Amino acid sequence: MLTYLPNIVFLIVLVGAFYLFFKNVSKIRRNIFLGKDIDRTDRKNERWKTMFRVALGQSKMTVRPIPGILHIIVYAGFLLINIEVAEIIIDGIFGTHRIFAEPLGGLYTAAIHFFEILAVLVLVSCVIFLIRRNVLKIGRFQSAEMKGWAFKDANNILFIEIALMLALLMMNAVEANFTDHESQQFVISSLLAPLFSGLDQGSLHFLERFFWWIHILGILAFLNYLPFSKHFHIILAFPNTWYSNLNAKGRFDNMKSVTDEVKMMLDPSADPYAAPPEADPNAAPQRFGAKDVTDLSWVNLMNAYSCTECGRCTSECPANITGKKLSPRKIMMDTRHRLEEVGANMDKNKGEFKDDGKALLDDYITREELWACTSCNACVQACPVNIDPLNIIVQMRQYLVMEESAAPQELNMMMTNVENNGAPWQFGQMDRANWINE
Amino acid sequence: MAEQIQVPTMAEMMAKGEIPEVLFWVGCAGSFDDRAKKITKAFVRILNNAQVKFAVLGTEESCTGDPAKRAGNEFTFQMQAMMNIQVLDGYEVKKIVTACPHCFNTLKNEYPELGGNYEVVHHTQYINSLLAEGRLSISGGSFKGKKITFHDPCYLGRANNVFEAPRSLIEKLDAELVEMKRCKTRGLCCGAGGAQMFKEPEKGNKDINIERTEEALETQPNVIATGCPFCNTMMTDGVKNKEREGDVQVLDVAELIANAEEL
Ligand code: SF4
Ligand code: SF4
Repeated sequence: MLTYLPNIVFLIVLVGAFYLFFKNVSKIRRNIFLGKDIDRTDRKNERWKTMFRVALGQSKMTVRPIPGILHIIVYAGFLLINIEVAEIIIDGIFGTHRIFAEPLGGLYTAAIHFFEILAVLVLVSCVIFLIRRNVLKIGRFQSAEMKGWAFKDANNILFIEIALMLALLMMNAVEANFTDHESQQFVISSLLAPLFSGLDQGSLHFLERFFWWIHILGILAFLNYLPFSKHFHIILAFPNTWYSNLNAKGRFDNMKSVTDEVKMMLDPSADPYAAPPEADPNAAPQRFGAKDVTDLSWVNLMNAYSCTECGRCTSECPANITGKKLSPRKIMMDTRHRLEEVGANMDKNKGEFKDDGKALLDDYITREELWACTSCNACVQACPVNIDPLNIIVQMRQYLVMEESAAPQELNMMMTNVENNGAPWQFGQMDRANWINE
Repeated sequence: MAEQIQVPTMAEMMAKGEIPEVLFWVGCAGSFDDRAKKITKAFVRILNNAQVKFAVLGTEESCTGDPAKRAGNEFTFQMQAMMNIQVLDGYEVKKIVTACPHCFNTLKNEYPELGGNYEVVHHTQYINSLLAEGRLSISGGSFKGKKITFHDPCYLGRANNVFEAPRSLIEKLDAELVEMKRCKTRGLCCGAGGAQMFKEPEKGNKDINIERTEEALETQPNVIATGCPFCNTMMTDGVKNKEREGDVQVLDVAELIANAEEL
């Protein structure tokens, strides 16, 4: 019985880790679908292509070559090395050792050589990333919204990845010293092997197990860290790009409810007292625009959970560059934080949201930020996972203007002019063609 | 200015039983703003020179609703859109050209869903097609050898992926096209979009148009070219702020062409 103890412990840890992970992911899923419905299932071919190009191919990362290439190394390295996790899991459950080694033969040896080289590249890249954040203090990682948890989160991820890569290499290095069964020599770990050469076989076997456990426990812990981290983007980048906006960036959605009303107003034959068609008496009164996260679409909310907090949007934002409070990254982070708060509130109240007197507007995102946007789309263009911060900004402006009539005074004047004179300035409609004869 | 410009209105054309090839949508800036009116006239001179049978709506044109929509006022936008669509459809308009990227974007992308379906082109695209059809020709003229940098209007470039049309026109002037550090998809906004044109900017440490003008001046240009009346205003203000109006001109691409040909 005792001989199976490690297998049983492993199985329990494994099942527990996946259970916890799926539980937290399903909470995120629930939170995302608190958003309003929006149809993004047209043009499927184009969607698959976008996903392969932007998420898998990381086409927007290399706009900035240095971090772009480093990121591709870490990403590809991490994905490929994780193939080995399949073996680790099987070994762990059945108490085998390197189960794929025999059947795969030379291919296996080649793969491990390759993984070891990748591991070193990942390690070096992560160290460079740490230096960029903590020593060079690259501008886009220093904004106000990057203090506190966001700062720690970014470093945590890099430390965990470094630890995982080290565990993998050390495990192989220890094993290279085994004499009691045929030990394999791999390209990097054989260089590290002398570190452990003085130890007896018993200690070596203990150490090998030790690094093996560190590696797999680390991976499972990391898995469960994802739902609380910006690192969740490694999963959501895929659906997020698939469901991203394929229309011209300048095209803003037309509000359907407004169209119906405007048509009625312009139609001389319409009965002004007719009840609006298909009005559901039980439906909550529709709000124009967005005041809180639940007024946004589910794609907006998925965007928030997909944000990598890289700040590429903010560093291209004309408002932010010139010192305004607006930061499109903060718009996304605020949306996620508020949504997490709403989710936690529901968890506490048996799945019902209890009014907490707060909202995304004012408690997270200020009006000053919203009015600083030029709608230039630089943030949308820059985002490596096709997030659209502008769409949220516009919906919140719609709430301010259409529900609260709270636009800045000059904009109210502009809008009155458009309504009365057909131009944003105070010129008469009848003077519109004067230029011809001037 | 060689001769008087010819600007028929849709109503006049209709009365004569004629159908224009294209409707020139002038836009609010192009109709009312003193600086932008010059761009409008430059484009008309090009149209006249190429003998394009065009028309304007004149007093029947109204704001597309763009600034209201970007400010969040969907009601005002859709009211404007529906009224304009009624007028356009009344004249059975098929093709529209405009020198304003905001009108261009709104007419092209946002009107169709509201029932307004037209072929919409920006004037830089239209001038290119006139050249391709041999109805217009450009030789270097007065801009030969000059350094020209092009500022991408957000609603033409990033918003609608039109990057080459204005550039290919500048290159036809035998001028040296110099790019700013941030250009094309990464071009920096002039600061006017999203209804910012009509309000004071929020508190910050710099105005956006100054940032952009500095970047443009780094290329040591003789001319800063744009394709948008609002960008034009912003860049002109920026150049004045830097006290460089003596040696750097801010011109629309249509003005470049019209001036080069001395139309
Ligand atoms: S669209 Fe708005 S938030 Fe995005 S980059 Fe431009 S100004 Fe900044
Ligand atoms: S919105 Fe996109 S560009 Fe901006 S921080 Fe998030 S992932 Fe980066």
